[in-house]
Amino acid sequence: MSFPILSSILLAPVLGVLIILFIPQKEDKVIKIVAALATGLTVILSLIAYAYYDQSIGGLQFVEHIPWIDELGVAYGLGVDGISLPLVLLTAIVIFTGVFASWGLEKRVKEFFIFLLALVAGVFGVFLTTDLFFFYLFFEIAVIPMYILIGVWGSTNKEYSAMKLTIYLLVGSAFALIVIIAVYLYTGLGTFDIQTLTQQTYDIGFQKFAFLLLMVGFGFLVPMWPLHTWSPDGHVAAPTAVSMLHAGVLMKLGGYGLIRAGIFIFPEGAKFWAPVIAILCIVNVVYGAMVAMAQKDLKFVIGYSSVSHMGYVLLGVASLNTLSISGAVAQMFAHGIMTALFFALVGNVYNKAHTRMIADFGGLAHQMPRIAAGFVIAGLASLGLPGLVNFVAEFAIFVGSFRVYPVLTILAISGIVITAVYVLRVVQNVFFGPRNPKWDGLEDVRGIELVPIVILCGVLLFLGFFPSLLMELINNGVDPFVQQYLTTPKVGGMF
Amino acid sequence: MITLNHYLLLSAILFCIGLYGALSKKNAIAILICIELMLNAVNINLVAFTKFLTPGDLTGQIFAIFVIVVAACEIAVGLAILIAIYRDRSSVDVENLDWLKW
Amino acid sequence: MIESIGIKYIWLVPLAPLLAFILITFLFKRFQLLSALTAIFSMVVSFILTFDILRVILTGHEITMNTPVEIAVPWLNINGLYIEMGALIDPLTAGMLFVVTFISLLIMIYSVGYMHGDPGFSRFFSYLALFVFSMLGLVIANNYFQMFVFWELVGLSSYLLIGFYFYKDSAAQANKKAFITNRVADFGFMIGVIILFLYFGTFNFLELAEGISASTDLAFLTLAGILVFIGPIGKSGQFPLHVWLPDAMEGPTPVSALIHAATMVAAGVFLLARGFVLFASASATITFIAYLGGFTAFFAATIAITQRDFKRILAFSTLSQLGYMVMAIGLGSLTAGMFHLTTHAFFKALMFLCAGSVIHALHKQDIFEMGGVFKKMKITGTTMVIGGLAIAGIPPFAGFWSKDEILLVAKTNGFTFLYVLASITAFLTAFYMFRLIFLAFFGEKRSDYHAHESPLTMTIPLMILAVFSIFGGLIGAPFLEHGFAYYVYFGEPHHPHPDYLIMGSSTLIAAAGIFLAWLVYIKKAISAEKIANQFAPLYKFLYNKWYIDEIYQWFFNKVVLSISALLNWCDRNIVDGIAHGIAWLIRTTGAKGRYIHTGSLQTYGLVIFAAVVVIVLFLAGPVVGGVQ
Repeated sequence: MSFPILSSILLAPVLGVLIILFIPQKEDKVIKIVAALATGLTVILSLIAYAYYDQSIGGLQFVEHIPWIDELGVAYGLGVDGISLPLVLLTAIVIFTGVFASWGLEKRVKEFFIFLLALVAGVFGVFLTTDLFFFYLFFEIAVIPMYILIGVWGSTNKEYSAMKLTIYLLVGSAFALIVIIAVYLYTGLGTFDIQTLTQQTYDIGFQKFAFLLLMVGFGFLVPMWPLHTWSPDGHVAAPTAVSMLHAGVLMKLGGYGLIRAGIFIFPEGAKFWAPVIAILCIVNVVYGAMVAMAQKDLKFVIGYSSVSHMGYVLLGVASLNTLSISGAVAQMFAHGIMTALFFALVGNVYNKAHTRMIADFGGLAHQMPRIAAGFVIAGLASLGLPGLVNFVAEFAIFVGSFRVYPVLTILAISGIVITAVYVLRVVQNVFFGPRNPKWDGLEDVRGIELVPIVILCGVLLFLGFFPSLLMELINNGVDPFVQQYLTTPKVGGMF
Repeated sequence: MITLNHYLLLSAILFCIGLYGALSKKNAIAILICIELMLNAVNINLVAFTKFLTPGDLTGQIFAIFVIVVAACEIAVGLAILIAIYRDRSSVDVENLDWLKW
Repeated sequence: MIESIGIKYIWLVPLAPLLAFILITFLFKRFQLLSALTAIFSMVVSFILTFDILRVILTGHEITMNTPVEIAVPWLNINGLYIEMGALIDPLTAGMLFVVTFISLLIMIYSVGYMHGDPGFSRFFSYLALFVFSMLGLVIANNYFQMFVFWELVGLSSYLLIGFYFYKDSAAQANKKAFITNRVADFGFMIGVIILFLYFGTFNFLELAEGISASTDLAFLTLAGILVFIGPIGKSGQFPLHVWLPDAMEGPTPVSALIHAATMVAAGVFLLARGFVLFASASATITFIAYLGGFTAFFAATIAITQRDFKRILAFSTLSQLGYMVMAIGLGSLTAGMFHLTTHAFFKALMFLCAGSVIHALHKQDIFEMGGVFKKMKITGTTMVIGGLAIAGIPPFAGFWSKDEILLVAKTNGFTFLYVLASITAFLTAFYMFRLIFLAFFGEKRSDYHAHESPLTMTIPLMILAVFSIFGGLIGAPFLEHGFAYYVYFGEPHHPHPDYLIMGSSTLIAAAGIFLAWLVYIKKAISAEKIANQFAPLYKFLYNKWYIDEIYQWFFNKVVLSISALLNWCDRNIVDGIAHGIAWLIRTTGAKGRYIHTGSLQTYGLVIFAAVVVIVLFLAGPVVGGVQ
């Protein structure tokens, strides 16, 4: 048996937790270094996995399988394919940069990093596992630390937001749990293995029922309108690293689950419900962008922009063809990086200025040119400028979905105009304009604070120029499934 | 002739008296005593059934002895709790003992 | 295979400036002169390569519009989406490459003088290099996708450069406006590109051209053509998306010259030429293009005659000239449009640089505060007059030849209305341009200023451009055997014949415009104020630019922001309200339900007993019934 690289990715943060447990509270520098090393290890391992993934074979690779509860057929199974591997890499990058973004943290450092690493271990688990039982288990592992992280280290109405977020996510996962149990009982095979379940055929009524529940359940996570209100509140309240991880990665669990557990297992159900998702996702895109325009708090703007951008992911998912689903996965990756960058920047500004109100700022580019540059790059990524990876992802979604829902796609494309409006308004109001002497004391990012910004900008630009590195892998993962299970290209038909 | 029915009737009366007391008495000690009454009603039942239905066995009697033992333990623990409550509240009136409320 | 360094290394043409951008941004930022030299050097490289391509085309006669050379590498190849990055080399590309690299080179040299002492000196050159990269990538594009990518990137560079003085609120406002207006246009362009791809399965220009020629689906072609045309409406400032261009003058003047006069705004025209087969395939599209161009030309000219700001007048003049080019293409003559694009690039860049020179010296932009500048700035003044004569269309200056060609096309193709409109516009052009020149450079000083001639780095580009503005038009003169039309055409080369009637009449019209300006502003035989007062509503209407900006502002402030606020309210109160409502329901149920717990032991006991009784009766019921 070869080196268990996926288990190593999963266990690296756990190892970090164990080491940190034995470091005294006052050694916070050491704790941060350990956290950085543990997460850095996940980045390196994910990159190795990325490099060694054999695209000519495709499918699940680096598979590990250890039976856990034989009576129930629960097995600890890990494996990655073209869909999950980019998301694993995304998680690793976001958490690594997130650790650096919380370098300035002083309050209860030890506990913070323990919970953060526990959270990320859960997220890795969700993407890595091939077993529905573990899928659910890891998800719950991810949610609970998030509650504590927001409740203790958050800002602005943190208890309320932490509670709201946790309840929403748990309600969402409860829907998913119903389907997990239902499908387990329905097949009667005594296994939770996703691949085995994918190969089964289910009768149409069951598919419709199961996909509806999954759509609602994962709709909470994505978040799909009107189940989205936890996300802006949660983003705003969470500490920087948690916002990054949350908007960057946790929301992607919904999209990932919808593709992996929803469409692939229940293709007929997906075809039945796809038009509903398509309509709701347009609401996401346009409504999210319009609401973002009205926000006064920087983090709220980004929070609603995430709602808007995840709408594109849903559009890709709802179109049910290779190109659009590939685009959706790529968009998850791209949005994760971009929104993490946004939160890293805003968090930095907030730590120094102690306010996030757009109206308080102005001319900040004088004092913080690097932040301004980073924010402009993130903003441009957000509005889908070519040269940044988001553009390629969005373009793929649009091309893929246009043939299925032309009218809805045109509405979705109009979202890029609205996005341009609110992003540029923020850039103008916060960073441009005459020098404001009130902020003369603010220092620009430098040294270790630069790490997340440079890495995230670098990823956006690098993959923007060479999108084939990302897109071909994803396509490789999506295509076989779509060819096999979604042979009829036309869905819906109303629009 | 005293039949099983007489015993059962006695036991039922005793039980009802105990129950009434347990539910209506204000003093906690009185309640404990009433509970003892109810337990004794059960004991009568047990012994009477054994005597009339399976005369050879001693099941009921043994069981009754168990009940007595448990009742003794219970009264010991109950009185200890009551003393503790009394020290805290200077009262064993159950009207005042509503801490289980929300 | 054609032997040419230029074609072999064509990828270096855009990549050299990109490299310069990267080097300046990350390494040379602190060293101002080094930054400037890097940028200029990269331009020299691109220019030499371009020149070689031009040489091959002019001497070899092997590469023509119908036999282009194509080089491409796959960029993204996934199931359902195949995208290339490549180069399509034909005389159209070569001509445009020459215009872009040549003018960029001159303007970079000019900027060394103009931007001297600015704290953002290096940043300026890095942005310029980024712009040139994007623009060259756009010009060599061999497919719509690449075109769109670089189309957006030039938009980005334009955004960065308009907002170069980001500490000025007006600049921050202007660059946002420019970007958003262009975004609106790109929205249409993007949909157009997507439907073309879905219909024909390719982005490639040559393959699409074949597909379109073979296609008979007129409705689709019209739709696609109009959608793609929305892109040029934004980028080339056609009505009604022209509003950003005058505001874009907030950028440094070399930027206005390069991007917002000579090259980037012409990208829309270039796209029309490149995708001509699509637009020409549907008569509705092409006619629409022609009329919109003609209207924009006239519309912008009417505004230009009332403006006071030196650069804004030039901006409206640019809009008007772009209208001419678009109209020319709409009239079916790719040749005339591209020819006018080329000559316009020379003389409009020249005039903007003159404006820069004047502003650099005077620190004023209002022409009514100038006057008599000519005496102090001989070189700038002379070159400005040359530019003015060129745009007005006085023979043998560059603008004369290209404008005549457009008029000729309008007349021969039977668009009499557009011919008349274009002639009126020509008259207005001559008038407002010489109004500008007479007010700024001649007459007496109207305010206190100290002027001095600009340094050589600034005046040398002026002189070079002036030479091109005088003689540049001769390349397309109808007397030439192998003129512009011999190389750049659509379908078959069409040799223009000199039409002396049009030449004579257009010269007369231009001269009349200049004469009128002279009467009003030098001779003062006619009072401008009096006329303005007499037609006060009209004057106000024109001065306020037909109130288009106000309408948009109103639409955005009142409509869009209200919707946004309304949705925000809904989100907080209705969507979240429902969530809160559910939470409230659960909480209330709990709150009411807790009264069941009285806390009284005896109540509990009673309830338990009652429950036991009920259960026992329930369980024993059948048994009891059975006993009976």
